[in-house]
Amino acid sequence: MMRLVQNICARSALVALILGLWSVAYAHSAQAEPQHGGTLTFAANPEPPMLTSALSTAGPIQWISGKIFDGLVSYDFDLDPVPELATSWVVSEDGKTITFTLRDGVTWHDGEPFTSADVAYSVMNIWKEIHSRGRNTYANVESVDTPDDLTVVLNLSAPAPYIMNALASIESQILPEHLYAGTDPQTNPANNAPVGTGPFKFGEWERGNFLILERNENYWDQPKPYLDRIIYRFIPDGVARSAALEAGEADMSVLSTVPLPEIQRLGELDHLDLETRGYDYHSITAYLAFNLEKEVLADVRVRQAIAHALDLNIITNVVWLGFGTPATGPFHHNLDKFQTDDVTIYPFDLEKAEELLDEASYPRDENGVRFSLSHSYLPFGQQFVSLADYVRQALSKIGIEVETVNQDYGTYVTRVFTDRDFDITTFFANNQSDPTIGVERFYWSGNFKPGVPFSNGAAYQSDEMDAILERTRTEIDTDARRQAFVEMQQLAMKDLPYVPLVWVDMVTVYNTRVKDHTTGALGAYSNMADTYIEE
Amino acid sequence: MQSRTLRYVGKRLLQGLLTIVAIAGINFLLLNALPGDVVDVLAGEADVADIAYLEELRARFGLDQPLHQQLLSYLGNLAQADLGYSFRYNEPVLDLVLGRLPATLLLMVSAIILAAFFGIVLGVTAARFANRLPDTLISVLSLLAYATPVFWIGLMLIVAFSIKLTWLPSGGFSTVGANLSGLSYVADVARHMILPTVTLALFYMALYTRIIRASMLEVLQLDFVRAARARGMTRRGVAYAHALPNAILPMITMVGIQVGHILGAAVLVETVFSWPGMGRLAVEAVFQRDFNTLLGVLLLSSVLVILTNLIVDLVYARLDPRIELG
Repeated sequence: MMRLVQNICARSALVALILGLWSVAYAHSAQAEPQHGGTLTFAANPEPPMLTSALSTAGPIQWISGKIFDGLVSYDFDLDPVPELATSWVVSEDGKTITFTLRDGVTWHDGEPFTSADVAYSVMNIWKEIHSRGRNTYANVESVDTPDDLTVVLNLSAPAPYIMNALASIESQILPEHLYAGTDPQTNPANNAPVGTGPFKFGEWERGNFLILERNENYWDQPKPYLDRIIYRFIPDGVARSAALEAGEADMSVLSTVPLPEIQRLGELDHLDLETRGYDYHSITAYLAFNLEKEVLADVRVRQAIAHALDLNIITNVVWLGFGTPATGPFHHNLDKFQTDDVTIYPFDLEKAEELLDEASYPRDENGVRFSLSHSYLPFGQQFVSLADYVRQALSKIGIEVETVNQDYGTYVTRVFTDRDFDITTFFANNQSDPTIGVERFYWSGNFKPGVPFSNGAAYQSDEMDAILERTRTEIDTDARRQAFVEMQQLAMKDLPYVPLVWVDMVTVYNTRVKDHTTGALGAYSNMADTYIEE
Repeated sequence: MQSRTLRYVGKRLLQGLLTIVAIAGINFLLLNALPGDVVDVLAGEADVADIAYLEELRARFGLDQPLHQQLLSYLGNLAQADLGYSFRYNEPVLDLVLGRLPATLLLMVSAIILAAFFGIVLGVTAARFANRLPDTLISVLSLLAYATPVFWIGLMLIVAFSIKLTWLPSGGFSTVGANLSGLSYVADVARHMILPTVTLALFYMALYTRIIRASMLEVLQLDFVRAARARGMTRRGVAYAHALPNAILPMITMVGIQVGHILGAAVLVETVFSWPGMGRLAVEAVFQRDFNTLLGVLLLSSVLVILTNLIVDLVYARLDPRIELG
């Protein structure tokens, strides 16, 4: 086992080295002049149900929708906003008004001008009312003023510092008021054939087969975009996606949609390379959650024992094949504005784990078993299957018998988050661009909502935690807000309702002829106006 | 004779209709026994954080009604040829399913023709050279084709013909964005069809080879074959002109029985080759709990199976005059 681990560590070090060398070369070649023309083909899976992120935040929608629509801002690798449809913005000192100045001369794909009315309509009627996360993010917005066509003022009842982190087009998408006002947004035909302001226009969508985006000739940021068209080919089988990339029939796949062992192999081919940057807006952390409603797991010593029994290095290097970092806390390290390492850690230590269990008076019976737990894992790729095997094996060493429950996605979501018929569950979740939006939901007692997937599934309730979280929501001083989040992470790791396992690296596989595909926090989810193909 | 056939067809269609209604009802109840509904899946994918919003969606989709009421309204809509609405795809199910039907039919029909043709040729050859080298070779090959999982054959063909030789595309229905028309479009689709058709056909070809071989061996022993030989016909002529028509019935039976089976195997082939057919739609619908779509696919499949069985029975009567319809 150890040799295998070392071997894989060595291999991932090699991959990292190659990546490093390559990025030096890349930095050099990026200075080459971008070229016009060409088609970029994605090997895509799954197919999105529709194409408008304003109405559903599912990943497969965002990845396409983000090219049809621009946001008020985009984000650089440090998750700082950069202008897109807003050329500047001012947050008032009390944090209760945010004023945006919009770009002049932008038109929708149907030729209508883009104005402050579109933004006001989207904030009040879409983000606040319909958008699944927006209902929380924009809850404090009381009204929107539009003094002129190019000025938008958000009036808040209380400060909401996370809003400035949520304005990317894939999260807070501005819909054309002239097509949506007075209709039922949910059934608007434009949802499947959107009209946006972005560098690419909706072309053709043949369900179950492909989707084509065409270049927007009237894009505000001339001479961009460089690509003539983007094609998404929906390929349901992972190995077939890998084959399409290898045969050169597809140029890119994102979000590790090719099986990880295949990704390693593809990265070694001459015409393909790997990129793990560009997921800062989609930072994925894998967690193990305890059901605190179960008597055994309500004892923090039991939870600590389990944390001590899991070797996060093995989980990272064997289960995730080195595509990630062992997690020390609930915030992915991409969120380095908020993340801290100054928390209680639970190093791999079986003796300590056994001691804690003895202390909690769960002795081993004649078969060496202390108690048994049922483990439901998120059915999302091979990693969770391997992880479940590892958890069973690791916990058996400290006398905990684990029964692994294998089920499909619909059953999993219902069993864990509605029926609450589980003891432990492993899953991963998007930390988003701000912990209030992406992480708070797991720790705030107000978000213990049976029936809501990926809510506070642990049923963790702590007044102290609630108080800290409420501070992080309204604190407008950046340092004070960070300090509150530091306390939050410390408490989260002390109470341990979840064991953060891995900060996962998502991987983009791309053909080396594709340049400038990852230029900021949104990576391949960005509008890709900068991307070009070198022939 | 003519009116008798018509009466028979009418009776079978009526029976078929009843079968379909029963299948639709049973499918509806079975699917609803699955934990989780389309709202759970949509909410999970989209990080929905608001229980009120989920209830809104359920009310909008009619999922808040009691089950028997949902069943009744489903069957009622069905009677008006309304298969319902897919909340996943935001499209009427009928459009969705009919849009996928041609690709699946194309794949199935070409695979059956391919399998039957080579099944007959190989089966007859094996029977004529029973227990000699050609027979041994054919038997080994057909056993291999019979025993190898369909998806694996598909992947290996992709590795060989798309990645290594780069002769054929690895998947899809046609070259996306090529804007071909007329003959060049047909040629393009044909190129995309080769690997999936061969993959799907191999298993059935092996099966038909074995069946034809066995029944040919039996028929070749009969007196009329010896009589035909005695009149000076060549061995090959006898085999194809006289023995084969008598030996082919078991294969026709299998083709009829296996239409449902081929639909199942097409799911795998469609997935591996990203073929935009009904099978994939069905599988995705299960995982997404898009029951209206799934029920639509299952309904259409049962219609296909019932119709094919009827056609097979009619062909049967035509091939063997001793069989009477009744």
